[in-house]
Amino acid sequence: MTATPTGPRARVRVTGPRTGRRRPTTVAAEIDARTELGAVYMRSLVRSQLRLAVGVVLVLAATLGAVPLAFTLAPSLGHVELLGVPVAWLVLGVLAYPFLVGLAIAYVRRAERNEAAFRDLLDAREPR
Amino acid sequence: MSTVAAVTGVVLSSLLTLGVGVFGLRLSRTTSDFYVASRAVGPGLNASAVSGEYLSAASFLGVAGLVLSRGVDMLWYPVGWTAGYLLLLVFVAAPLRRSRAYTLPDFTELRVESRRARNVASALVVVIAVLYLVPQFQGAGLTVGALTGAPSWLGGVLVAVVVLVIVVSGGMRSITLVQAVQYWLKLTALLVPLAIVLVHTHGGADATTARLHDQAWRVPLQRPHGLYLTYSLIVATFLGTMGLPHVVVRFYTNPDGRAARRTTVRVLVLLGLFYLLPTAYGVLGRVYVPGLAGTPGADAVVLRLPAQVLGGGTADVVTAVLGAGAFAAFLTTSSGLVVSIAGVVGQDVLGRWLPPVAAFRMAGAAGALVTLGITALSSGLAVAQAVELAFAVAASTFCPLLLLGIWWRGLTAAGAVAGLLTGGLLSASAVVATMLGAAPGGWLGAVVAQPAMCTVPVAFATMTVVSLLTQAGLPAHLESTMVRLHAPEAIDLDRGGFVPVAERAG
Repeated sequence: MTATPTGPRARVRVTGPRTGRRRPTTVAAEIDARTELGAVYMRSLVRSQLRLAVGVVLVLAATLGAVPLAFTLAPSLGHVELLGVPVAWLVLGVLAYPFLVGLAIAYVRRAERNEAAFRDLLDAREPR
Repeated sequence: MSTVAAVTGVVLSSLLTLGVGVFGLRLSRTTSDFYVASRAVGPGLNASAVSGEYLSAASFLGVAGLVLSRGVDMLWYPVGWTAGYLLLLVFVAAPLRRSRAYTLPDFTELRVESRRARNVASALVVVIAVLYLVPQFQGAGLTVGALTGAPSWLGGVLVAVVVLVIVVSGGMRSITLVQAVQYWLKLTALLVPLAIVLVHTHGGADATTARLHDQAWRVPLQRPHGLYLTYSLIVATFLGTMGLPHVVVRFYTNPDGRAARRTTVRVLVLLGLFYLLPTAYGVLGRVYVPGLAGTPGADAVVLRLPAQVLGGGTADVVTAVLGAGAFAAFLTTSSGLVVSIAGVVGQDVLGRWLPPVAAFRMAGAAGALVTLGITALSSGLAVAQAVELAFAVAASTFCPLLLLGIWWRGLTAAGAVAGLLTGGLLSASAVVATMLGAAPGGWLGAVVAQPAMCTVPVAFATMTVVSLLTQAGLPAHLESTMVRLHAPEAIDLDRGGFVPVAERAG
């Protein structure tokens, strides 16, 4: 599929669907033509997904990732017990897992929302 | 008499693996089937398969052994092996699936458009897979030895033979079914004996002994360099998972990027469920088989615990179940690793002379046999530790490649090659020194024993700086590649003309 550069004026002449492919929407055509505008749309998608991913990592670093540091700065934490079980064992042996699953579910929900927003943008009839 | 039951367990496990594997043979016909099961696997089945493949000797035996010997700090191994999937999910899962690449070398070639970078990636896949395979064969030897008293090379040979039959006959599709079944087999094989032991000891209520109150075991970070070692372990496991060749190849079997994400979430659930169990074995082992703590036999605590607690026939049956589960662990991970070696070596080396299916079979056979030889030479590092070293190499090589390649437009072929080589050489030499028992003492010793904290940043820095110095060499189809990696499949867009090697004519 060689993408021949198609300026905004060219799309007025497209009257029927192209064989074998869905009719490209306007923003999609911009992206396919590798125009400056198309690149802006792509970058906005990539940036929103990256921001989300980095956000998850920061949450992970501030919680689970801070556990060894917490035990170093406050060694007495190592002797705290909950229901007869040391907290360190409870956190690392059990609680860490549902926490990771929760983060994963929250991430997927937001990542799919970002992609839906991108699709809506592309489905819009007249982007400008 | 206990031997008879144990041998039965091991044989049944191997036969089940072979049976499902050969059943899958009829389903795999074309080259594409061999490599990635034609991408027709749903998230539920795929998540079981990913977990089944991932839970190796290190998880089934090694974690409990480490917890028994060294206590709470060792819980970071299973936590890290699970958290690695969260990082894989947020940075890699969907874009990697959307890349339509089969293997890590495929991805490398797609992104930086360089044959040389592809070759470096191929070599690293083989290095990581072999480092990961050695402890599997070693664990198999240990299990056969613990159950029957047979010489330890026998277990490794047995695993190698079963894996060879599966890989040579069925390819990836059969592996998918095998792996999915084996997750549940492994979970049951740990869960049921644990339940029986707990009932027998009345929930372990009478078991509060002084051994559980040993401060160095119970309280975090009591060892020298504990904080560095723990954070370095976290870096290796959190970042290494995404760079494991046998894990990554599984993601190509998802139908699309969305399914790849959903598969990963289910994997996190399945792993979280599983990893509750080895910890329990480690703690119970501390109470009932304390003699194993700190010895090379600690890796066998899962197998020895029931015989200590239960008596007679029950102990025999339960030990047989555990032996079967342990073998399932060696077989699934080993076959996944051998498939990834076969995929890479088959395409990139033997593919020039042989038709694809024959190249795949030859490469798989060679990979298994070479690893068997290396296993005979390696020293007796704890299984979980040896596996974690493979994670350190993956985190120092493919992690920067994937993260920078997917999220930064500036990565160039020169940067990728420089980063892969620097990270790979530094981490692999530390790993080899540790495996041979040649690590120095003091701070340097801590760095060599757990290199990721140093080598991962160096690899990232090298890849970034060299890329910035070679911006003239940005790949020609960068824009198409970025569209391909990030745009959801449902949108009809031009994603460039990249075709993975396995799908090219021939």
